[in-house]
This record gives sequence, C-alpha cells and structure tokens, in this order.
Amino acid sequence: MATIAPVPITRRHSIIGEVFFWIALAVAFIFFMFPLYWLLMTSLKLRSEVTLLPPTLLPFVDFKPTLLNYLAVFTKVSELGTVTEAKANTSLSEFPLHLLNSVLIGGGATVLAVILGTLAAYTFSRYKIKAEADLMFFILSTRMLPPIVVLIPIFLMFTYANLRESYLGITLLYITTGLPFVVWMMKGFFDEIPREYEEAAMTDGFSRIEAIWKIVLPEALPAMLATAVFVLITAWNEFVFVQLLNPSHATTVPPFLYAIIGYGQIEWGRMAATSVVFLLPVVIFTFLVRNHLLRGVTFGAVRR
Amino acid sequence: MPDTTLPQEGATVVQSAQSGRLRPRFVWLTDRRLATIFLTPTMLLLLLIAIFPLIWSLYLSFTQYSVIQDAATGPKWIGLRNYAQLLSDKNVWNRFALTATFVVPAVGIELVLGFALAMLLNRNFKGRGVLMTLMLIPMMLSPVVVALFWYFMMRADTGVLNYFIRDVLHLSEKGVFWLTDLRVAMWSVILVDVWMWTPFMMLISLAGLSAVPKYLYEAADVDRASAWFKFRHITLPIIAPLILIGVLFRTIDSYKLFDTVYVLTGGGPGRSTQVLSVYLYQLAFREFDTGKGSALGYIMLVGIIALANLLIRVLNGLRAET
Repeated sequence: MATIAPVPITRRHSIIGEVFFWIALAVAFIFFMFPLYWLLMTSLKLRSEVTLLPPTLLPFVDFKPTLLNYLAVFTKVSELGTVTEAKANTSLSEFPLHLLNSVLIGGGATVLAVILGTLAAYTFSRYKIKAEADLMFFILSTRMLPPIVVLIPIFLMFTYANLRESYLGITLLYITTGLPFVVWMMKGFFDEIPREYEEAAMTDGFSRIEAIWKIVLPEALPAMLATAVFVLITAWNEFVFVQLLNPSHATTVPPFLYAIIGYGQIEWGRMAATSVVFLLPVVIFTFLVRNHLLRGVTFGAVRR
Repeated sequence: MPDTTLPQEGATVVQSAQSGRLRPRFVWLTDRRLATIFLTPTMLLLLLIAIFPLIWSLYLSFTQYSVIQDAATGPKWIGLRNYAQLLSDKNVWNRFALTATFVVPAVGIELVLGFALAMLLNRNFKGRGVLMTLMLIPMMLSPVVVALFWYFMMRADTGVLNYFIRDVLHLSEKGVFWLTDLRVAMWSVILVDVWMWTPFMMLISLAGLSAVPKYLYEAADVDRASAWFKFRHITLPIIAPLILIGVLFRTIDSYKLFDTVYVLTGGGPGRSTQVLSVYLYQLAFREFDTGKGSALGYIMLVGIIALANLLIRVLNGLRAET
C-alpha cells in the first residue's frame, strides 16, 4: 500500500524499532536519574540509615522517610536523629543567609552578564569591526585559562581594591566569567536575525536604539533566557573563587555545602537535603524557559 | 518622555501613532556612539578582571615567588627558568598525557551518548518536555555536590554502586574499587564527567536536530532515500558546526577540570588522576610555588589555544562548505 500512498512514508516505525526505542530511553533514563533519585532518598533518611547495607531503596517500603534533614538545613539542629526533644529552642541556621547571597550574587551576575553580553554581541553582529574574528577569539580565550592560575592575581587585586568579602567584587567576577559565553551565543543568534527587521523600523522613523529596544530585543529574548540558564548554572555553582575571596559573611552556598562534609563525620543526609534545596531554583528557572532552550543554543551555527 | 515637538499635521500624527514616529528620538546616539556604549562595559570588564590578572600571572611566571614566603620581598625575576624546569620535567609531560586520557574519552563519550540521546528524544511523545528538563539536572548541580555524592555512591564497602554490582548482579565478588584502584580511578572520573555533561551535548545536538527543515526529509522520502543517506547528507551537514561548538566548549572545560577531580579523588590513588589542573593546584597552593604554578598555567594555555584554534578552523571549514 505504500507504493500508492503519496504521503511521505516517514512513519515506518516497526515494532522492533519501537521496543528498542523505549528500552534505550529507559536505560539512559536510569543511568542519569538514579544518582538524582539516590540524592533525594538520602536526603530523606536518618543518619543511621544512610549507609546501611543492603541499602534501603524505596521510601515507605524499605525505610520511613523523614524531613529532619530539611529541618536541619534551615535550623540549627546539629545531631540528627537525637533532636526530637530539643526542637523547641532551635534558631535559623546560616543556610538562608547563604542562599540569599547566592540569589543576589548569582542572579545579579546572570542578569548583568546577559544584558552586557547581548549588547556587545549585537555590536559584533551588526557593525563592521576591525579584526572581528580575532576579537571574538580573544573573548573566548579568556575562558581557556585554568581559573587556578588567575586565582592568586585576582586575590591580590581584590585585596588592593578592597573587594574581598564584598558582593560587588564576586559579582563582577562572575559577570566576567559569563560574558564570553553570552557574547558567543548571542552573536550567533543575531547573525540569524535579518538586518531588515531593524532597517525597516528605522525607515519608519525609529532611531537605532529604539529599533533595538522595540524590535530586536523582544525577538532575542528567548535566546537571552536560554543563555541565562547557562550563566546562572556556572555562577550559582562556582566554588573555588568564592571560597577564597568571600569566605565568611558574603559567601554563597557551595562553600557552605563543602563545609558540611568537611569535618570527619560526614552528614550525608544533611548534605543531600541542602543540595536538593539549593538545586531547586535553577531547576525551576530551567523548566520555565525549557521551550526556548533549543532555539537558544544554536550559536548561529545552524542555517535555517 | 512624551515628544511634543511633532508638527501638528493630522495625517502624520495618525501615521506615526501606527507605525512609528516621524522624527526619531535619541538621534544624538549615532551608530558609532552606540557601538562604543555597547562594547565598552564588556571590554572593560574583560580587560580588568580577565586580562589584567592574566598579564600579572604572566609576569609572575617569570619570577621566583611564593605568596607565603616572599610576601615581604616580592617576586624575584628569574627569566625563563620556571618554563625551562617545567618543560624538561618528565612529570609535566606525563600529566599532559594523563589529561589527554581524561579529555579524549570523556568528550568522546559525551558526544556520542549525547547525540544518541538527542536522536531518541527528537520526536514527539508525551512527557518529552519534563523528561528533557529532568535529563538536564546533572549539569545544573554544583560540581562539588556531584563529586561528593558520587564519592558517596562509589565507596567500596557501603556504596550503592558496589551493592548492585556485588549483591544484586553478582558481577564481582568484592565489587569495584572505583576510587582506589589505580587502573579504575580515571575511568570513575570520566564516568562522573560523562554523567554530568552528556546532557549538555544532548541539548546542543537536540537544538541542531530540531533546526533541520522538515521539508528536506520529506523530499528525501519522495526519492526513497535510506535512513543512512538522510542522516549522512541532510542531518549531518546541518548540525555538524553546532556539534563542533559543543565539543569546543566541552574540550576547553574538561581540559581545565578541577573541582570534580579534586573532591572525588584528590588526584589519587598515587597520581593516577592528577590531571594538569590538580597538579597546578598542588604547585601553587600546596608547595606555594606561585611563579612555577603561573608558568604551568601558561603552558596549559598555549596547549588549549592551539587545540581550540584547530577546532575553530575545522568549524569555519564546515561553515564554508554549507
């Protein structure tokens, strides 16, 4: 019957193919999801249960889930499992403050990096700039040096400029780390938007800046959001620099997380619960912009 | 602010309300000024916070300097001695080779696996959006968390991985010594990197696949083209440049990978996972040889620039072809 059908014969999914598809998907899914499942389960276990052998795999069936670890994330409950009576006089832990710092620093750096990088990318895309390819490579190359090499100069620099233990310093640093990625991604994106869009608006009597604001930016917003996901992930999770530059009150969550397991007795449950809470904002943001992700990450490398 | 200087001519006012304004605002913002305003903050930040420290550490790489011991006296110029020492050191070359045995398999597996996953996900089925978001979670985690938690799962006795291998599947009596066996440790690091970053390659590949115009496939179907032919002559040429950019970013990042290895194995057992970055950390922050550490950083930089240039050249070649 396929011989007469003029419709494209793309639906040639045999049963074997279908079975193979679902098996392959399931295997991949298990590989990528199991550690996350295990992280979540660990966060729901008492300390005595975390390293049991054989491990308890299913909540409610194998073990009784508890939210004590989450309580310990936000309050100063130190010894897990032994706190049932002492709950009354608990105070807030340091975590909420660190989380707020992460939001301010990571969020602020992301917004600024995306805005500044987008403007620069627009310029690279629309104007004739001398040695453009070299400049673009130069921008990318600032990403290539192992961060540890510049750790000492940056430490000395921030000391002289009085930027240690400040929000400004680390935010500027994260903006700078994010910029190359933004410029590369957004330049690719602008290369795909026809110039005629703005030019039409400009013949209509808009100045260029107005055309950018009213025509180009709305068009670029999805790509900007997709880029923001990556910049946020990097800034949100950065550890080495913030540990060195802002070790105490202006620090973010990763150094705090590292400290939880730093001292001999490792509280895996509390560490897992903190990780889950810390992960949520990024996951939510990514989920909200998921539809733009695919369109956003093409770097202009794909001709439509 | 409302523009009140418009001429009061009925027709023009109506027209300007619909499709734009007669006289543009911000005329003083010429293209040239605009370009300057747009570029300056980015360039300034890159110069101040990326380039300036870079030059500083370039200077330090020509000196004998330790932040701890020589804090009072300052760096002492010794010319190329750091470079000479490092480049004649067999250990350094070994670490380059060791880093290659991490980067090549890791990026290779991420590319193949990520692409395969993208092929699987590149069709419409229920729950695709949720599945995609879930699959991206590994790369959203902090490297510190990832390394710590895999360390937890990879523990030889009570780790959950060995529980499955030893007690459920009975593949091995003692389980695998993920982090303490000299021959296995590097593969464990690769496994963790693959787990964390395959989603990135998947996303990039998926973006490429979904950008291939459907009519090309339909046209090929009319001609009864084989699946392989369609892949080779339609899909691949279109997505190859994008995938190469993904490979470029992954290569750069895995070449300088630090936190994951540092937390997971600390470079051990022995030196079996002491990749360049970890060795650099050892030099600069354990032995406090800042000068030599900076020199090693620059040697690494030259290596990665050469590699990146090669990749970009291939990329531009691909772009020119299509």
